[in-house]
Order: sequence, then C-alpha cells, then structure tokens
Amino acid sequence: MAKKFMYMNTKAPYGSIYALESLEVVLIGAAFEQDVSLAFIGDGVYQLTKDQSTDGIGMKNFSPTYSALGDYDVNKIYVEKESLEERGLSLDDLQHLTWEDEDEDWAEKDSIRLVSRAELADVIDDQDVVLSF
Amino acid sequence: MARSSQQPERLNSHSLLRQGYRIVKIGIQINEGPYQHQAADSAYQFAKAALGKGHEIFRVFFYHDGVNNATRLAVPPQDDRNITQQWTELQKEHNLDLVVCIAAAQRRGLMDEDEAKRQGKDANNIAEGFRISGLGQLIEAGIECDRLVTFGA
Repeated sequence: MAKKFMYMNTKAPYGSIYALESLEVVLIGAAFEQDVSLAFIGDGVYQLTKDQSTDGIGMKNFSPTYSALGDYDVNKIYVEKESLEERGLSLDDLQHLTWEDEDEDWAEKDSIRLVSRAELADVIDDQDVVLSF
Repeated sequence: MARSSQQPERLNSHSLLRQGYRIVKIGIQINEGPYQHQAADSAYQFAKAALGKGHEIFRVFFYHDGVNNATRLAVPPQDDRNITQQWTELQKEHNLDLVVCIAAAQRRGLMDEDEAKRQGKDANNIAEGFRISGLGQLIEAGIECDRLVTFGA
C-alpha cells in the first residue's frame, strides 16, 4: 500500500542547497508510486516564484523543474497562505503549476493548493512520512 | 507512566520510547556534516540508544552535507570524538546499512574506489562500513520503516 509522503520545503532557493536537493529527492521519489505531496512554508515559498533569474549569482536556475512535477504525478502542492502574506507575496507571484488528470480526459488542473497554517497542520498530520528540507 | 495515561492514544503510538516491548523499524536521515552541527552526533546517539533498546535500524542515509560524515580523511583532535569512526564501529557491531547519497556525494567530493575510477579521480575517501548509493534508498527507507527520523535541516 502506498504511503503518504510529504516533502516540506522551508528555505529560499539559492541561499543554501536544501531546495535543490529536496527537488532531487522528489523527482527520484516519484518513481516509487507513493502518495506524494509538497508543502512550501516560510522562505520556502520563494522557491515557487516565477521569473527567477540567477544570472547575477552564477548559480543554476532550477525553477523550471517545478513545472515538470505534474508530469511526474506530483500534483498536490500546498502553499501556506500566511507565509506568502508575511513576505508580501500572492499566488500571482508564483509559477502557474498544473497537471493533467487522466481520469477526466487529461483536463488541465492547478497543482497549487493555497492553504492556511491551520489547514496545512491537518494535512501534515495526515502524512506517513514527512521529509523536511 | 501515570502521565502517559493522560496522553491521547495516538500520541502514545507515536512515541518510540513508550513502545517498550515492540521492536520498531527505524530509518535515519542525516542532513548535516560532522562537528559543524550537532545533528550528526545526535543521530549517532539516537541510533546507539535505539539499538540498545532492541530496535532495528533499517538504514542510515546521509544526505546534503551529511555525506561528509563518511570521509575517512578527517583528523579531529585526539581528545575529541571521531564521528566517522563511531559510525564505522557501530556498523561493524550491528551490521548497519550506512548509505551515502551519490548525488550529494559527487558534488562534495566524497567517493569510493569504484566511483573514483569512473570519474577519473586520483583518490577516494569513503570510510569503512559506508556505501554509496542513490536517493531511492532514502525513499525505500520511508516506505519500509515504521519511523523515518531526520537529523538536521
């Protein structure tokens, strides 16, 4: 039976390697056919911002990879509302991540679920394995 | 014990220490390097304590800077603990599966003999008792274990 895996992303994308190496776990983990969710809290919400450019810092811009997650059946992406608000961000500042639902004739659906801190706590409570990055 | 009876049932079932008589299969993930961060020490102490209570350590997975725990070239001061050696000894004693993430290791210059050959490097540095493998080993630990316990990050 599949377990519920949550990857909890808590750090900004380029200040440390956690975001990138979290994404690497998610992509490998996708092959194991578990019930996967991602959560973005705190500075982790910056990982999903659109129009990222790393030209000035000499690092690889890995943000396009997030838009491929839908193809890996990773389509439950929880973003904490308070974390966005505390940073002056809204959903419009984030990439539009989608997935195609094969049960509904490949209808395109949003992957991002905007949830409150309290709602996210319930989602976390429901998981079998939480990996925090 | 009086206190534990006041806790909700769910909390009790989540507490390793209260499970006393049940063997728990544990996976350990170590995310920070040695000496810089207590995570590596805490993970070792936890593993030793869990084994001492008769629990099973399914696997210890070294990720992020945690891969640096596996270098045999570190020379800490003699009056300090040698974290890598502690793991090597614990591995020998309990036949532990100590896995170093290959992707994280490659970035940070950790390699075994095979990997050094493959990459055309002139040295290797993995300590005895550790092996290098992929991230799938971490996911497998999450699937197979009753608990996956993370140290650091």
